[in-house]
Amino acid sequence: MIRLENVTKQFGVVKAVDQVNLHITPGEFLVLIGPSGCGKTTTMKMINRLIDPSAGRILIKGKDISAEDPIQLRRQIGYAIQEIGLLPHMTIADNIALVPRLLKWPKKKQRQRVEELLEMVGLDAATFMHKYPRQLSGGQRQRVGVARALAVDPPIMLMDEPFGALDPITREQMQDEFIKLQEQVKKTIVFVTHDMDEALKFADRVAIMNHGKIIQCDSPEMILRRPANKFVRDFVGSDHTLKQLSLIKVKEAMITDIDTLHPDNTIAQAKELFKRGSSNIVVVAKTGEAIGYINREDLNKTPEDRFVSEITVNSISTVASDKTLKDALTVMLKNDAGYIAVSDENRKPVGLITSSRLRQIVSEPRLNSREEQ
Amino acid sequence: MLQYILTHQAEFMVLLRQHVILTCSAIGLATSIGIPLAILASRIPFLERPVLLLGNLGQTIPSLVILALCIPFLGIGFAPSLAALFLRAILPILMNTFTGIKNVEHGIIEAARGMGMTENQILWKVQIPLTVPVMIAGLRTAVVQAVSLATLAAFAGGGSLGDLIQQGIMMVDQERLMTGAVSTAALALLADFIIGLLQQWLTPQGLKISA
Repeated sequence: MIRLENVTKQFGVVKAVDQVNLHITPGEFLVLIGPSGCGKTTTMKMINRLIDPSAGRILIKGKDISAEDPIQLRRQIGYAIQEIGLLPHMTIADNIALVPRLLKWPKKKQRQRVEELLEMVGLDAATFMHKYPRQLSGGQRQRVGVARALAVDPPIMLMDEPFGALDPITREQMQDEFIKLQEQVKKTIVFVTHDMDEALKFADRVAIMNHGKIIQCDSPEMILRRPANKFVRDFVGSDHTLKQLSLIKVKEAMITDIDTLHPDNTIAQAKELFKRGSSNIVVVAKTGEAIGYINREDLNKTPEDRFVSEITVNSISTVASDKTLKDALTVMLKNDAGYIAVSDENRKPVGLITSSRLRQIVSEPRLNSREEQ
Repeated sequence: MLQYILTHQAEFMVLLRQHVILTCSAIGLATSIGIPLAILASRIPFLERPVLLLGNLGQTIPSLVILALCIPFLGIGFAPSLAALFLRAILPILMNTFTGIKNVEHGIIEAARGMGMTENQILWKVQIPLTVPVMIAGLRTAVVQAVSLATLAAFAGGGSLGDLIQQGIMMVDQERLMTGAVSTAALALLADFIIGLLQQWLTPQGLKISA
């Protein structure tokens, strides 16, 4: 889709970008990351010819972009930057319809597209269409920025720290929504950030840059487990183990061989389960929700004709199966629990996460897990 | 004062008309040359420095000096008065428009360019609309300065309400002096008010909302 071949950009004597080679495949989410001045933004801006390379060439769908009219090229590539990029004298509708207007779409089609896009980014079209950027909050403006970049449904989107100016809570929320949006629209995205957590969250591949060169370009998993050198290791940070947990979904890592009991089952039935080798027993309510667990010692101390409800420890925390292991760990720490139940969308227990399971995961090499998904 | 105006109605009206004509032509000329010149200067890099230099120089020279300097070249009467007023009025208009265009947030321009607007579209659809409030603020300064500077046209024989002030001083005629002074002040306030309305009307809706 996008291919950079030996691309170099020199500003005076400084090589801002130095012999960069990259091949971005259709539908890929590539994150360019590095310290400020590493050349990540310059690299991105060469893709829509806001900057022309000093040497090397860039191909989009096999065509050398240096031969193309930059104005036409840019209109086919979505471009989103921090929220200041909205034009304050235009309404939200006019901002979103900017490129459609440049391309002289019929008025009616423009309006339909604006409504569609506002809904897509979670803003009520009727409420926001006629407002001005200054009447919106930072998060709302950012949504408009994303909608505007999507206006003509371009196959490629360039995004330059689009969530950089937001407060941490709004940023996280926007990131989550953006992941969902990307699952729908499946664009080829080149995304610039200096935030490693953001990079790991989004990227199919992360290209770490320093002094104009790509130091390592790999999947988030590989970056975390096999950093190419000290620079990458330092850049990723000492909390890479925790970051790794945020890459793995609970449902991929949970212990699935669990058995369930109802509170009105007898102790005899529980003992029977243990005898058959079951080691993970969750007590569930009639509604199917996990309500607690039982200890083996309690089981042995209790007469067989009594009920499970009498020995149930009524404290079990749950985590949804589509959350990450980092979320699971948070729940465990918050509740001081050695293990937690994993629930599916119907709140039924489908597995368990234990602290020993987490330890096992961070130490075992699961290099290909991303590809297996 | 009112008495004076009534008794010297014809004379007063002539002076008032001269004052207004002088001011309006100077402003008209300054606007129609100043704004295009500012736009040009903002787009052509080598014009940038001379414009800024001229602007700073121009602001520091006292108005009366400008008028005095015009007389040797243009004689006395309407022409040197108009020239002086024009030179005074063009500066705030030129400078405000120029700096306004130059100071439009870089991120906004970059976003516009990144989305595929041509340089001309960026100028007309982004930079100029965003500059309107600053531009009009410059116009406002220019108008108020021109109205008061027009009184000095009396020294150059340009004819204006300044004549009444000058005569009032020389003849120790307080009535005449006050008439000239108060009516000039009223004219300045009126002009300011009109420009204020213009500003309201021309400023893009989205910019009226404070961020």
